[in-house]
Amino acid sequence: MYETSYSRAKDASDAAKKMRAADDGKFLAGGMTLLPTMKQRLAAPSDLIDVTQIKDIDDINVTRKEVTIGAGATHAAVASHAKLMKVCPSICSLASHIGDPAVRHRGTIGGSIANNDPAADYPAAMIALDATIVTNKRKIRAEKFFTGMFETALKDDEMIKAVTFTAPKSGAYAKFPNPASRYAMAGVFVADHGKKDIRVGVTGASSDGVYRANDMEKAMGGKLSSEALDGCEVDEGAMLSDIHGSAAYRANLVKVMAKRAVDAAAG
Amino acid sequence: MGIEGIGARVLRKEDKRFITGKGRYTDDHKVAGMHYAAFVRSPHAHAKIKKINIKDASKMSGVVGIFNGKELTGDGIGNIICGWMIHSKDGSPMNMGAWSALATEYVRYVGDAVAVVIAETQAEATAAAEAVDVDYKVLKAVINPEEAMADKAPQLHPEAANNIIYDWEIGEEAATDAAIAGAANVVEMEIHNNRLVPNPMEPRSALAQYDAAEDHFTLHTTSQNPHVARLVLSAFYQVAPENKLRVIAPDVGGGFGSKIYIYPEEIVCLWAAKKAGVEAVKWTSDRSEAFLTDAHGRDHVSKATMGFDENNKIVGFKVDTIANLGAYMSLFSSSVPTYLYATLLSGQYNIQNIHCNVRTVYTNTAPVDAYRGAGRPEATYLVERMMETAARQLGVDPAELRRANFVTEFPHQTPVIMCYDAGDYGASMDAAMEAVDYAGFEKRRKKSAKKGMLRGIGMSCYIEACGIAPSAAVGSLGAGVGLWESAEVRVNPVGTVEILTGSHSHGQGHETTFGQLVSDRFGLPSENIQVVHGDTDKVQFGMGTYGSRSGAVGMSAIEKALDKVEAKAKKIAAHMLEASEGDIEIKDGEVSVKGTDKKLLWHEVCLGAYTGHNLPEGMEPGLKEGAFYDPTNFTFPAGCYICEVEVDPNTGTTTIEKFVAADDFGKIINPMIVEGQVHGGLAQGIGQALMENAVYDESGQLLSASYMDYTMPRADDLPSFDVSTTETACPGNPLGIKGCGEAGAIGSPPAVINAITNAIGHNNLSMPASPQNVWAAIKAGE
Repeated sequence: MYETSYSRAKDASDAAKKMRAADDGKFLAGGMTLLPTMKQRLAAPSDLIDVTQIKDIDDINVTRKEVTIGAGATHAAVASHAKLMKVCPSICSLASHIGDPAVRHRGTIGGSIANNDPAADYPAAMIALDATIVTNKRKIRAEKFFTGMFETALKDDEMIKAVTFTAPKSGAYAKFPNPASRYAMAGVFVADHGKKDIRVGVTGASSDGVYRANDMEKAMGGKLSSEALDGCEVDEGAMLSDIHGSAAYRANLVKVMAKRAVDAAAG
Repeated sequence: MGIEGIGARVLRKEDKRFITGKGRYTDDHKVAGMHYAAFVRSPHAHAKIKKINIKDASKMSGVVGIFNGKELTGDGIGNIICGWMIHSKDGSPMNMGAWSALATEYVRYVGDAVAVVIAETQAEATAAAEAVDVDYKVLKAVINPEEAMADKAPQLHPEAANNIIYDWEIGEEAATDAAIAGAANVVEMEIHNNRLVPNPMEPRSALAQYDAAEDHFTLHTTSQNPHVARLVLSAFYQVAPENKLRVIAPDVGGGFGSKIYIYPEEIVCLWAAKKAGVEAVKWTSDRSEAFLTDAHGRDHVSKATMGFDENNKIVGFKVDTIANLGAYMSLFSSSVPTYLYATLLSGQYNIQNIHCNVRTVYTNTAPVDAYRGAGRPEATYLVERMMETAARQLGVDPAELRRANFVTEFPHQTPVIMCYDAGDYGASMDAAMEAVDYAGFEKRRKKSAKKGMLRGIGMSCYIEACGIAPSAAVGSLGAGVGLWESAEVRVNPVGTVEILTGSHSHGQGHETTFGQLVSDRFGLPSENIQVVHGDTDKVQFGMGTYGSRSGAVGMSAIEKALDKVEAKAKKIAAHMLEASEGDIEIKDGEVSVKGTDKKLLWHEVCLGAYTGHNLPEGMEPGLKEGAFYDPTNFTFPAGCYICEVEVDPNTGTTTIEKFVAADDFGKIINPMIVEGQVHGGLAQGIGQALMENAVYDESGQLLSASYMDYTMPRADDLPSFDVSTTETACPGNPLGIKGCGEAGAIGSPPAVINAITNAIGHNNLSMPASPQNVWAAIKAGE
């Protein structure tokens, strides 16, 4: 690891201020991606600004169907939140399968979303749940937030404070893990918001990162039906290809996982 | 046997320190004046070193020295050698290229070390190594061994034309060809054995101390055989004479073969400590370096042809193998695809005609050497996939085809050197078939099919040769060393016992099992027995631990030494008790005269040996005996493994539903430790079959260079294993032991692949059977 300066932000504006003052700063939440990258000397931020001690940053609030998850909430906290489990068990289940127990007790939803790893799980959920990303500057709809592999709409001194969404009528996440890393090779989140509004978010597979599967949504026409997806063709040309999965294999996985998620959401 | 004697499930004494974090591994050792080494490694698979610029790096904080390969060879440090001479079939010796511990002119694989930085802290050494500016002329690399043999392929070493190290054969080619030509049925296969990265939990490490006043070196290192390390460092690499070099292999966290070899880093740390004028230099591999530079395993491509007569008896077996040895010849690399491989191609079967041709090839990849099983997994995979495939082609039950061809009379001389001494292959097969409920498979298959899953069952009847090895025999085959073992049993005046052994424990539990021999013999509790190993200053000599040899060879040496101790103790006791030596019995810590109430406590006899007050006329005081044991033959563990899988046709995911292992390891000292060895071996073998794969891209970059991309088997990938043993004692050693350390890794891969090919309905599938590969195979079969 190269030398870096560590500081702890008191609040969101302090964090932004510290970021502006830094030469090449990074916000540090759980550090589950950033720190290993730094240890391998692949990243060398001049400053690490720890945002985990900001008051209320890890709060999870559920009021009827309205959900707010603080950016600093760990995967373990999301996975085990009793009220959240009642209104939106699918996101709890998703969180419970991220990494291993150590990762789940350090890694945060804000860090995962801000990093936008193309194989991360949360981005698919944010798209399907039509979540809003709340930053220190503004509110951004998930679909506008994720702009490509490891790319988001966040400005340099912009920091995620929370995500909010309305719990869907039903939802489910189906993930096919990479055999080595156990990141998603294809992860599909399906959320039925009622009134014929079903959204499908896909992670892990596309070379553009997370995306919304409009064709699958259209094929279902507002009704959760895995058979309705039989005719959908996943474009191989848009898929990632590596030693674990060719584009053709990933395209297959997206469809298989989508069908499984739809079946699970349909109960 | 007593509660702690032979056959008892004694809990592992060493585990207290291991599981409480009190183990002392090489990197745990810290000494005064300790500096750190960081290696400058090639990012290219093949390049000429034009210039190494150390100007900036040498000015950096904490740096005390930066050295390169020309300085190393200039100081007379010898090239790294391969210690087993193989001759090609035309009689010429193998074509070994030069391997300097630091590259001098060319780099030949990604990770090849070109320079070393010695600095006061690890961080300073790493930073300065990064600042060393090496100017390379990048050359075209070759990764695929078949392409490496082509005329226009890049040449790695001037000594090896077309990158061929040797072109070797075993068996009678003409007779085998004729037998196959006359066969009623012929089965042909092309089989690839995937390259593996060993991944011991503890990475390699070296701590070299130099005492300038005494001109003496001490090396703490992660070695499976510290005496061999000292011998090679001294005799071949000219680091220091043996009497000026002490090698200590303290607690070592797994080896699987990869810690047999003497690597560049150990040589460089010793040399650099003296050259930099510091008291000590430490280097510990990080995980990335381990992936790049630990000797890899396997990597064979073979064409195999087997002929059967009209009664389904095998008439001939012909194999043509190309083995990728990587960029340099590691210490035992030449023996793995020859005498540890082709000599096992007869499997458990009576085959009169076998011929195998092996070409080994240099490529721009990490060196390849022995890895758990070493040659025998490659042979077993070939034979057992062939048997299963043949059964399907011939339309007979795979179990029956095997049974019809089993060797049933012993000793059995194969046409490929090995003479099997004892075994009962039918007994293992019966035990495995019963344990797996072979007859009930069809019912289970139908149940899976109802869920949309493909169920398959596959078998593997392995045989291996371990307990290496008779020294004269291996010497005649080209080995540079003898493969005996030594032991010393020291009885203290108070009756406690120290066993000094040349075997080395790096996970095997020697501190427990070796003590059981003493408990069994004298009835002493295990806390009165200490096993000492891994230090060339304490143990006189030893050949170390690999090839499942510590039981059959190492314990046999202890047994011989115990015979001598027992004989002397009886003489002393007879004298003290005024009885005849033949009437003395040692049992439960007491030494008595048979049929009388005359007795002494064990420690009274021991004390008597050391006071010397009342010894037989002319007897030397003391109770300490040593022995060297040289085996008379290899030992031949064998068994039957059956795997049952369920494959998801939508994703290609394989789930192992059942795995049954029925092994014959001969006499067993500690069944619990043996089961542990089988479990670990099965995990590694299943890892090879389903997951593990070292992949280089065209340019020679290792794509699977971390756990993000190299799939290790995890507990939740594996079923609860059903393991059992049958026993035919090994006639070749005093304890009847065959060895169990590698069997699981040797026997399991073909069982897994045979099960999957059974499930998907065709035989065209390569390891690893990853979800992607199985899915693609299902698609290809549709």
